[in-house]
Amino acid sequence: MPPAIECRDLRKTYDGKVEAVRGLSLEIEGGECFGLLGPNGAGKTTTIEILEGLLDPTSGEVTILGHTWQKNQREVREWLGISLQETRLSEKLTVRETIELFASFYREPRSAEEVLDDLQLGEKADAFVGKLSGGQRQRLAVATALVGNPRILFLDEPTTGLDPQSRRQLWDIIRNFQRGGGTVLLTTHYMDEAERLCDRLAIVDHGQIIAEGTPSELIERLGGHHVVEFEASGNSSHGAALQTWRALPGVESVRHDNGLVSLTVREPHLTIPALLDAVGKHGSQLLHLTTRQASLEDVFVNLTGRHLREQ
Amino acid sequence: MWRRVFDPSGPNVELVDNGIPNMSLAQETPVTPTRPPASRNGRWSTFTHLLIVRMKELKREPEVVFWVFGFPMLLALGLGIAFRNKPADVTFVAIVQGSRAQDALSLIDRSPQKSSIHAEVVDKPAALKGFRLGKYDLVVESDGKGGFQYLYDPARPESVLSRAEVDDALQVSAGRKNPLPTSSVASNEPGSRYIDFLIPGLIGMNLMNSGMWSIGFALVDMRQRKLLKRFVATPMRRSDFLLALAAGRLVLMIAEVGLLLGFGALVFHIRVLGSLLSILILSAIGAVGFAGLGLLTASRAQKIESVSGLINLIMMPMWIFSGVFFSYERFPAAIQPFIRALPLTALNDALRATILEGAPLEKQAGRLLILLLWGGVSFLLALRLFRWT
Repeated sequence: MPPAIECRDLRKTYDGKVEAVRGLSLEIEGGECFGLLGPNGAGKTTTIEILEGLLDPTSGEVTILGHTWQKNQREVREWLGISLQETRLSEKLTVRETIELFASFYREPRSAEEVLDDLQLGEKADAFVGKLSGGQRQRLAVATALVGNPRILFLDEPTTGLDPQSRRQLWDIIRNFQRGGGTVLLTTHYMDEAERLCDRLAIVDHGQIIAEGTPSELIERLGGHHVVEFEASGNSSHGAALQTWRALPGVESVRHDNGLVSLTVREPHLTIPALLDAVGKHGSQLLHLTTRQASLEDVFVNLTGRHLREQ
Repeated sequence: MWRRVFDPSGPNVELVDNGIPNMSLAQETPVTPTRPPASRNGRWSTFTHLLIVRMKELKREPEVVFWVFGFPMLLALGLGIAFRNKPADVTFVAIVQGSRAQDALSLIDRSPQKSSIHAEVVDKPAALKGFRLGKYDLVVESDGKGGFQYLYDPARPESVLSRAEVDDALQVSAGRKNPLPTSSVASNEPGSRYIDFLIPGLIGMNLMNSGMWSIGFALVDMRQRKLLKRFVATPMRRSDFLLALAAGRLVLMIAEVGLLLGFGALVFHIRVLGSLLSILILSAIGAVGFAGLGLLTASRAQKIESVSGLINLIMMPMWIFSGVFFSYERFPAAIQPFIRALPLTALNDALRATILEGAPLEKQAGRLLILLLWGGVSFLLALRLFRWT
């Protein structure tokens, strides 16, 4: 069985200058939910559009279920469901008309009614698209992708700008599709989304994959599962002080950001008492102390020194 | 190790540390979709759906209905009333006060043309001022040698006419005998009036307007909304999409032409001499030709604003030169070949010949060829240039 999506050494250069994608390779197995996680402008959309056959790469190869875009474009399109980042569907059509229109493009589509039910759009079936809320529009966009009964679902930033409830609804829909045997490739700059939804993910920055694995593997690679963040009076985040924190038992790495010091630690129960001692010896006082589980955000910051949401 | 557990009853995923090696759903379920297809779509399912959707969208945009149907009818009504057949024009003449002013006035009053000449005696400054402002078409003054002198403006047709009319009136009243007896009959038969000229021109213009706008505007709008890109991300045949656009134009064309022609026939009693079938075939060629031009206009533009400018740029010369509102015969002979090569000129000429004179289509091969060439060449060019994304 060939991989659902495979690409080798993809490169995309715009106008001979801007390198949006710089040598990116992926292999996504059937039934997987794979995420491309990265900040805005990292090259996620360019990558996914090349994989979707909507953009030609400057170099590199793409195969979808073992077929290339050059040879089997029409056949491959029958297997894919695609939701682009910003599509404004016709506002003067109803939800049902829109889904039926997209269904007519496929050889063997699902029934519109079934898709309406699956995406909880049944009540809005006869409403004009122009009257839908942001979450409903996004669900409709996914409905137009699912109505073709695809084997692979491509979603480009499916939940950007949605409220928490709408996001969870979409996550359910994506998981249901996966449970039915489908493969999902999605891009996101929400680390919680990637963490909850994806079996595997690739962290993309400046057009390259800088880390790849399951969410837990990536977090594991940080060296510690926990993050201890504190702020102390005095020079707690400068040179010598940072050396002190780094030397504490169980500390894997140290970061500081605006006076806030973050320690990645393996065993907080060993680190925290030592930290309290050290703060005392340093002659300063704790202003603030929290501990939390490490997230993909920490992985990203650790790899790039930047936050995901920074531009 | 972390294992992800899905709870079917709730939306949240729990992360549970249970020491079992990472497992994903992928390994638990088969790769093929499990749902049976609801139905199989036939070859023309895409085309019919696109066409129906396009018609629905148009119907739901009231302003489109107005511009396509209401506006040309209002134009025909307005112009038809403004240029309806009035009684013969009256010419306004100033006679400059002086010794022979009363003579001139009584000569005119005794002439056979008296009903079409409105003459009044005024002082010279008032006469000149009135002439300048267009109140008088002609100023008549004694020439001091027993005759009269006309002041007229050769650039104003009504002034030239007025001079001839008044001169005739004065000469005949003064005793001139015409060597050749002549008589005139005024015509206001359907077929030769302004409205007869106008309606086919409006049909042609409307076919151009709606062809260019409905195709050009709709496509760029869809491109701007990334809807074109979304469509080509599906297995939709691109040819079906273009075919549906063209078919939509034809359906609308029948309604447009039918309405304007019916309106002309009912309100202005226009006599349609050509067969309806010829008119429809001709309009269809025109509609599809301009749709091709619209497609070409929209092949690259990314923004509505840029395509609007382009469409107006292309249509402007045809509004002026192609004889919609007045005959293009008045333009200099040097540019006549250029005018005749314009698609709207060919369409308007062909429509006039068919509707007003009943000329058969085979006699208009040249005009049809011009239309087909414009449409065909723009369509082929558009296919090469067109960007779906």
